[in-house]
Amino acid sequence: MRKSFIAENPSVLWFLFCLGLFTLGVTVLAEATGAGIISTSFVKTLGKVLCLCLVAIAMDVVWGYCGILSLGHFAFFGIGGYAVGMWLMYARTEAIVTQSLAERSIPPTAVEVNDAIASQIFGVVGSAEFPLIWAFSHSLALQLLLVVLVPGLLALIFGWLAFRSRVTGVYLSILTQAMTLALALYLFQNDSGLRGNNGLSGLQNIPGFEAVPQSMISMAFFWASAAALGLGYVLFARVLSGKMGSVIRAIRDDEARVRFLGYHVESYKLFIFTLTAIIAGIAGALYYPQAGIINPAEIAPIASIYLAVWVAIGGRGRLYGAVIGTAFVSLLSSWFTGGGAPNVNLGFYTIQWTEWWLVLLGTSFVAVTLFFPGGMGMIFDKLKKDAS
Amino acid sequence: MSTLLELSGVSVSFDGFKAINNLAFQIGEPEMRAIIGPNGAGKTTFMDIITGKTKPDEGRVLWGEKSINLIGKSESMIAREGIGRKFQKPTVFEDQTVRENLAMALKNPRSPFEVLLYRKSAEGAARIEALAAEINLTDQLTRKSGELSHGQKQWLEIGMLLAQDPRLLLVDEPAAGMTPAEREKTTEILVEAAKTRAVVVVEHDMEFVRRLNCKVTVLHEGSVLAEGSIDHVTQNPEVIDVYLGR
Amino acid sequence: MALALLCLPALLHAQDLQTLLQSHQKVIIKPSRKSVGPALDALVASGLPSIPAFLEHWQGKEVYNRKEDGLFFYARKAQGGFELVDVDTGEVVGTADAKALKQIKPNGGVRKEIASKLVQFQLSDPDIERRIAALVSITQKPGANQLAPLTASIEGETDPTLKLRKIKLANYLTARFGETTDQRVAAIEGIAKDLSVDGRAVLSQILQTQRIASETAPDANIAKQLQIGKDVTVEDAYALLVAQNGYTAKLSANDIRVALEANVIDGKVGGFSVLKLDSLAERHAAYDALADAGTVPERMTTVAMIAAVEAHGFYDVYDEKDAAVTDAALKAQSAVQTRVGVNQFFDISLDAISLASIYFLAAVGLAITFGVMGVINMAHGEFIMMGAYTGYVVQQFIPNYTASLIVALPLAFAVTFAAGVAMERLVIRWLYNRPLETLLATFGISVALQQLAKNIFGTQARPLTSPGWLDGAWIINDVVQISYIRIAIFVLALMFLGLLLFILKKTRLGLEVRAVTQNPRMASSMGINPDKIKMMTFGLGSGIAGIAGVAIGLFAKVTSEMGSDYIVQSFMTVVVGGVGNVWGTLAGAFMIGTFQKGVEWLNPSNTLAAQTYMILFIILFIQFRPKGIIALKGRAAGD
Repeated sequence: MRKSFIAENPSVLWFLFCLGLFTLGVTVLAEATGAGIISTSFVKTLGKVLCLCLVAIAMDVVWGYCGILSLGHFAFFGIGGYAVGMWLMYARTEAIVTQSLAERSIPPTAVEVNDAIASQIFGVVGSAEFPLIWAFSHSLALQLLLVVLVPGLLALIFGWLAFRSRVTGVYLSILTQAMTLALALYLFQNDSGLRGNNGLSGLQNIPGFEAVPQSMISMAFFWASAAALGLGYVLFARVLSGKMGSVIRAIRDDEARVRFLGYHVESYKLFIFTLTAIIAGIAGALYYPQAGIINPAEIAPIASIYLAVWVAIGGRGRLYGAVIGTAFVSLLSSWFTGGGAPNVNLGFYTIQWTEWWLVLLGTSFVAVTLFFPGGMGMIFDKLKKDAS
Repeated sequence: MSTLLELSGVSVSFDGFKAINNLAFQIGEPEMRAIIGPNGAGKTTFMDIITGKTKPDEGRVLWGEKSINLIGKSESMIAREGIGRKFQKPTVFEDQTVRENLAMALKNPRSPFEVLLYRKSAEGAARIEALAAEINLTDQLTRKSGELSHGQKQWLEIGMLLAQDPRLLLVDEPAAGMTPAEREKTTEILVEAAKTRAVVVVEHDMEFVRRLNCKVTVLHEGSVLAEGSIDHVTQNPEVIDVYLGR
Repeated sequence: MALALLCLPALLHAQDLQTLLQSHQKVIIKPSRKSVGPALDALVASGLPSIPAFLEHWQGKEVYNRKEDGLFFYARKAQGGFELVDVDTGEVVGTADAKALKQIKPNGGVRKEIASKLVQFQLSDPDIERRIAALVSITQKPGANQLAPLTASIEGETDPTLKLRKIKLANYLTARFGETTDQRVAAIEGIAKDLSVDGRAVLSQILQTQRIASETAPDANIAKQLQIGKDVTVEDAYALLVAQNGYTAKLSANDIRVALEANVIDGKVGGFSVLKLDSLAERHAAYDALADAGTVPERMTTVAMIAAVEAHGFYDVYDEKDAAVTDAALKAQSAVQTRVGVNQFFDISLDAISLASIYFLAAVGLAITFGVMGVINMAHGEFIMMGAYTGYVVQQFIPNYTASLIVALPLAFAVTFAAGVAMERLVIRWLYNRPLETLLATFGISVALQQLAKNIFGTQARPLTSPGWLDGAWIINDVVQISYIRIAIFVLALMFLGLLLFILKKTRLGLEVRAVTQNPRMASSMGINPDKIKMMTFGLGSGIAGIAGVAIGLFAKVTSEMGSDYIVQSFMTVVVGGVGNVWGTLAGAFMIGTFQKGVEWLNPSNTLAAQTYMILFIILFIQFRPKGIIALKGRAAGD
């Protein structure tokens, strides 16, 4: 089966090959493992981009293939980040607190340790007690389970409600946007149990690996992100191949007709929506330890819209399109906003890209929608056509 | 011939307009039936009710030997019960190949997980080949169905219906926009299908209906105006009045 | 009249002020808070007309004592020393060297005593400002001794408003300090008809309680006997015993740890190894061992604590001794609370209507474009922003706020109308029938516009100042009030509702818009140019957003991001109301506004939570009415 799947989808092999080559290249050039041409911070940037690519292919599956323009997948991404962030923060604070309590002449009680961690973490929001949702934060395994479970369950419940009442098209988009906004607003509250707008921070310090330098840790996360992207790509390519892919694309094009063929469209949508939400959660869980901080602003609806923009620019309906678009736009964006791009002197006015980048992005996005609906992936299609 | 589908006392109204009014209808298996009627007679709504797209305000829709009530069931459940529907405008999935279109319609388990784990089988491939031959599309199997001609799309849609292996086929204006030769072929396909199952054809074109050579039901203002052979109903003064009067 | 009454006793004691002062000379020269009382009483009792003036001068440290004969004068600085003024006649009687005089400087406490005596004179002062000041001073520091002078001053009061205030205040004072129970109960019943904060404060002062612990039922006006575990926790009850009855405080876990740490000897505490002391039980054992050895005081155990608490009854006791008074106050308080609740509900309803007007203004343009063209315009919020900035720019050129507002409203409409038409021509019309892509393309425009505004106007908020006549609020009573600006927005929303209904129903444009909405192909075959109609509709929808922007800018800050604050709510309003329908939008705006304010009422401290719940509510609402409020009722309700 696997053989025939790969044989039928040579592009998957190509993608894995390119990804492997890229990973190898970065490894050889990086500070920790090779020539030192690529700085640690840039390795982090690349690792983060890989995670964004992963959530982007999830977005592509749900939008480009299944026709659901979800403006909520970055929320699932954020939830994944929060879930893993809770453990990171707990475990690290526990280490610090234990160390400082150990200086006392008598050893601390379990309650003392717990109270000290709680007041350390929640002091910023004026609390000194663990909220209920932190019940599992001491356990990495359980929090990793939550990375998958919480986005999955949320997507399942929300999707069930929305698809059941046959909300489609822009209505559905608005509804997902509302869900995202509700979540972000909830997290902004100080009593949300997740430190309000302070978010979770210090996530780049991995408990138990304090002795390992950041350059090596970021390398490890880079590898993990690349592996996750590769696995995610294969997973989605597998789901989208064969009859499942047929049905999903058919739902995008004419869902009423698919119903009359006897397929329960809602189950399919729910399956795709939930699966992609879970992958988004995993991508977030890999992203935020590299970013170091997560706060509710990350989840705001605009982030999910940007995700759609990346996919559209890359070309939706093609998994590699989503990857290309995301990598291209997010790297370009950090180049422009990071002040890497040279300013343009027009004589009467100097264009500073840190200020004008968003204007450029916005207008070029409009242009892509108008003139290149296939996005950058179209170039590959053209090459393929010319070759054959 | 036993009764396969029976509608009785079915009414439905939209914003006060009665689209279907106390309709009674039944069809056996195998049987070919043509439904004619002027615009707004309720033909499409009639099919919508059977296929579960529209819920009637009152009445019963009973199906099969066990007389299952179809009202309240979802479109996909009704389709799986064995009712296939072809739309007036050909709706095939233009982005996909003819083979993919037919494969999707093949009678197989429909739940997402079963579909996900579905393996292509030799008998499935054989079935697709046979269907393609039946609808004259053997050479086109690997083409994208969007590239087909209008008539070929109509056939592909009929092929997809047959692939579902339904007990009842609902066909809405299959001959619209076809060349005479294509019509001939379409008639053949439908007549062949009606040998083993129930087929309901909604059609405007009297010539086409005449060629089907079957019992005809005339709908008018949401209820049955007349029923019988084509000659019988065309001589019915009321029918003439409805079609030609006013 | 009142003055005449006050003068009456003066005739009886034919005496002058100087003489009177001399008889209290010692106290007046060196007054203390305790000793000054009788002297003050005597002064006031004399009823001399010159008393108020003297008290004021005394309070203002302007009374001087001549050392040679001990006479009192008011003194003003003059050439070569001081000018002396006679306390009785107010005439200048001579000058004196600074050294010959002693200034009398009463301390703060004494000045307060003097002030409270002065109030009764000020209450009848011919100057209304001083009378008002006196009332304010009584309101802030009510005392039993002010009741009589206040009551006395009511009859002579000439200003009707002030008279009412005096009566009200006298009533409050009677409620608290009245002589007989009947008088007080009557006054309290008067307060029950009152809504003011002051009235409520009087009631809660009467109802103030102390919490006491006692082994037997106390001989006092008991408000409530507390149940341990229900009204008060065992810990709190015990804390009361510690504070009032001298029980030993229970040691906290931290106290025990500190005590143990202080007594570590060679890695051991009381014979216990330090390493083992990582649980509370072990620590208690070690502490008890120390206590047995006499190193630390005995530990209060939980059992002993509970026993102590159980041996006592815990009571809330009124400060007020008279049970009849507290009963009446309790009754009055519940009556007032009910009425305050009703009024608050009314106040919240006004708030909800005002919020609904804002949502309506922000969303109705969106509803029109969405309804007619099926197009979601993500840049709608930026049109709102554009309108607000137009208002800001106009104010830079026209300094008169009223005039600038009159110019800004149509100008904002024109600017955003043009922007909307341009956007429709350049982008949207190429994307009809591709709604999801329109959504994203307009989002691109929204991002670009927002950044553009940031580049032009900067990131800090710009003011859009409302004209003076829109400042302030319409105060209906102590609870219900609404600011004029919100009323203005309500009126604006009403105007637009009317205008839109007029355009859609009575004009040619409206007819054509409806035709295009219902059947574009048919409309075009009848000679209607759907392109033009769509362009006009889009312009109209955007133009209204511009006007909404000016309105919103008047009470919120104008920033480049203000649009995104309203866009999701606008979408919600449209979706909830039902697409493409002015009445639907109104219903949607009303529902969302009411719901949001309703949640805020239940949880006033948390607007974020209110918004969260509102959105969840909308998501659920869509389950039951996927087509919105209006669409489900059928066409008849629509237009």
